[in-house]
Amino acid sequence: MKARVIVTLKNGVLDPQGKAIEGALGGLGFDGIGAVRQGKVFDLVLSATDKAAAEAEVAQMCEKLLANTVIENYAIEIE
Amino acid sequence: MKTAIIVFPGSNRDRDMFHALELITGTRPQGVWHTEASLPDVDLVIVPGGFSYGDYLRSGAIAARSPIVKDLIRKADAGVNVLGVCNGFQILTEAGLLPGALMRNAGLKFVCKEVKLQTVNSATRFSSRFVKDQVWRCPVAHHDGNYFAQADDLKAIEDNGQVIFRYAEGTNPNGSINDIAGITNKAGNVLGMMPHPENLIEDLNGGTDGRLLFESLLNAA
Repeated sequence: MKARVIVTLKNGVLDPQGKAIEGALGGLGFDGIGAVRQGKVFDLVLSATDKAAAEAEVAQMCEKLLANTVIENYAIEIE
Repeated sequence: MKTAIIVFPGSNRDRDMFHALELITGTRPQGVWHTEASLPDVDLVIVPGGFSYGDYLRSGAIAARSPIVKDLIRKADAGVNVLGVCNGFQILTEAGLLPGALMRNAGLKFVCKEVKLQTVNSATRFSSRFVKDQVWRCPVAHHDGNYFAQADDLKAIEDNGQVIFRYAEGTNPNGSINDIAGITNKAGNVLGMMPHPENLIEDLNGGTDGRLLFESLLNAA
């Protein structure tokens, strides 16, 4: 079973890297950009076979390590 | 005063801290490797600066989950004094010993220079040798020093007097909210700060402003 974890900055948390990317895209002539926020993607290969159990375990991984929940949100996709 | 310094793979300011503490306390600190299960019985535990685990995932994130940090949390909860400098501050926030988080500098660049700090709370075991609102010189060297806390956490640390040091006179090098350079936990026995007081402790460094922090701890011991 595979899981994908997407970690993003919470609303209201300043993202200087996203701002810099936004500026660089503008410099390349992409002028229709409202905002850019940078995040992280983790792809996990799991030995679990039960989808609900896998999702619960990955949520624990997010809480304990993959995300810093002071500043970040996470989303989990299981396939 | 007995002290211990935790060393992680990628720590690089640990030697400066050994030197500073030996010079100021007269006793060589004990070094503790990150894989050890327990800390020795000491008055002060230091989490030094550097780039533990190469800053992988987030600065301090992997180190905060290492075996020795489990015991550090137990010792801190029991009232032992803990000082985290730079990467040490990042590790203490990642370990949940201090509120908030340290994010990429607002200017996106690594900053290595001298700033001015203001001791806004001198009624703590880490700052009693300063005069309240004293402005002093201190070096910084970091890429992820932009302190952030959610509004309710920020209000709590401000209301409780947990902000000990702020960047003074327009020298905020990293965009930290409320110019915060160093905070304690609510109990007051854990201090985290981005600047390096251990690098300004003798004339050879060009000044001795940083000594006051360590002398405060000596007074308290």
